[in-house]
Amino acid sequence: MAETISINGTAHPIPEDPRITLLDFLRHDLRLTGTKKGCDHGQCGACTVIVNGMRINSCLTLAAMHEGDEVTTIEGLGTPDAPSPMQRAFLENDGYQCGYCTPGQICSATAMLGEIANGWPSDASETLDGDIEATGDEIRERMSGNLCRCGAYANIVAAIRDVAAEESA
Amino acid sequence: MRPFQYDRARTLTDAAQIMQGEDAMAIAGGTNLLDLMKLQVETPRELADINRVGLGEIADTDDGGLRIGALATNTATAVHPRVRADYPVLSRAILAGATQQLRNKATTGGNLCQRTRCFYFMNIDQPCNKREPGSGCGALDGIAKLHAVLGASGECIATYPGDMAVALSALDASVEINGSDGTERTVPVRDFHCLPGDTPWRDNVLEPGEIITAVTLPAPVGGTQLYRKVRERSSYAFALVSIAAIVEMEDGVFTRADLAFGGLAHKPWHDPRIAQALVGNAPSAELFDRAADILLEDAQGHGENDFKIPLARRTLHAVLEQASEDAA
Ligand SMILES: Cc1cc2nc3c(=O)[nH]c(=O)nc-3n(C[C@H](O)[C@H](O)[C@H](O)COP(=O)(O)OP(=O)(O)OC[C@H]3O[C@@H](n4cnc5c(N)ncnc54)[C@H](O)[C@@H]3O)c2cc1C
Ligand code: SF4
Ligand code: FES
Ligand code: FES
Repeated sequence: MAETISINGTAHPIPEDPRITLLDFLRHDLRLTGTKKGCDHGQCGACTVIVNGMRINSCLTLAAMHEGDEVTTIEGLGTPDAPSPMQRAFLENDGYQCGYCTPGQICSATAMLGEIANGWPSDASETLDGDIEATGDEIRERMSGNLCRCGAYANIVAAIRDVAAEESA
Repeated sequence: MRPFQYDRARTLTDAAQIMQGEDAMAIAGGTNLLDLMKLQVETPRELADINRVGLGEIADTDDGGLRIGALATNTATAVHPRVRADYPVLSRAILAGATQQLRNKATTGGNLCQRTRCFYFMNIDQPCNKREPGSGCGALDGIAKLHAVLGASGECIATYPGDMAVALSALDASVEINGSDGTERTVPVRDFHCLPGDTPWRDNVLEPGEIITAVTLPAPVGGTQLYRKVRERSSYAFALVSIAAIVEMEDGVFTRADLAFGGLAHKPWHDPRIAQALVGNAPSAELFDRAADILLEDAQGHGENDFKIPLARRTLHAVLEQASEDAA
């Protein structure tokens, strides 16, 4: 049986060349170009995707290391006709300028709200075992792995707060 | 990246066998190794993917401690209920490092073995005794802001960049290691990393082919636990100076003061004389100064990083002040 990796619900054979990163596999082999390459060194977050529910940098992992894993990219979160709540909130809040960092921001923020819901603390959390609210400080700390060269941070935080408020309502 | 053979290990025995190959390396989260392979700083001929050998568990030990599997992610460790409750300094140190995306991939073993962030080490066009023995040390007369003020040598002044291991050193944790011939040994975290001396290419005591299987924490010691990291941005930057502290007080005097320091040396720095100086005494600025004098007795700057010496002193003051207030 061929080894496969699931991308947005579709199984794909694992590429033969082990050097292919998950990022290059998505963009180059599968033409899923929503996921962006910024630095290729784990520094900017533009390549963030969700693997088995966890957000990771797809540039610092090999496609071959993900046999049997479930990968969700920006294309898998929603479509222009049926955007996910986070995608819609970025549109409504103008959470971008050039848009290059945006797919990574949205994947990251989507998984981040799950981490808060799990009660996982961050460096900004007062205590390690309290309830966590999606305050501006918490969001900024938790999103520090997603850089925005255009500096759209204020609206990015506003978009995330909107979704957090909707989810906890 | 240079071409390499990729092998997915299914068992530890599998992994040990692959690791017998010449220039074979283990890959765990990949967040440091792949970064360095792209830069051709690391050029393994064979990669043993150890993600599926079943070393991800975090479990209680018989003596009330905790055994953290080498493949447990940094996130899994930081949010583990027992780590949060019994070893908060470890949660705090991990959460102060890198980003959530990186911590979701980074593992216990990979984090311990992460390599220095010295610019010369990471650039193959520069001289570096660690990467290319005998080529010289670019940092000695160069950009040395991140570099060591304690325990360095004329061959290498790099720092170990990690946060997690600083907390593990304060907690006096141990590293479980499996040899390619199946033999097992255990090394205290405090002895795991090496000083550069005249073998700067050696980061730690791992022998070729050896694999870390777990880190074990002793039974909880309680006390007030703090991790303070001083860095150039308030998030997502390596430590200039960091301190992990476990402090207890009784009747106004220190009864425990286990401290470890990051950002100062080629390894998490632990000096037992500091606890000896503090224990039995009441907190005071003079006492904190005495502790800093011991820590920094042989400190030596290299120009750009001279600031680390007063910074370490001030950070130590701040940590001891806060810890003694919290513990009182
Ligand atoms: C942008 C950026 C910022 C960062 N900031 C911080 C920070 O602030 N603080 C911090 O502490 N870290 C930081 N890191 C480093 C990060 O924590 C490490 O990259 C990570 O912990 C390495 O773990 P890994 O599992 O991905 O290791 P890998 O990349 O898989 O491996 C690293 C090394 O360890 C070896 N190895 C892995 N597992 C084992 C094992 N079980 N036995 C023997 N050898 C093994 C590998 O062969 C390799 O040599 C940062 C990294 C990046 C890219
Ligand atoms: S400090 Fe060490 S790692 Fe950096 S250039 Fe010198 S020898 Fe290389
Ligand atoms: S492209 Fe992966 S973090 Fe920048
Ligand atoms: S919108 Fe341009 S980089 Fe963020």
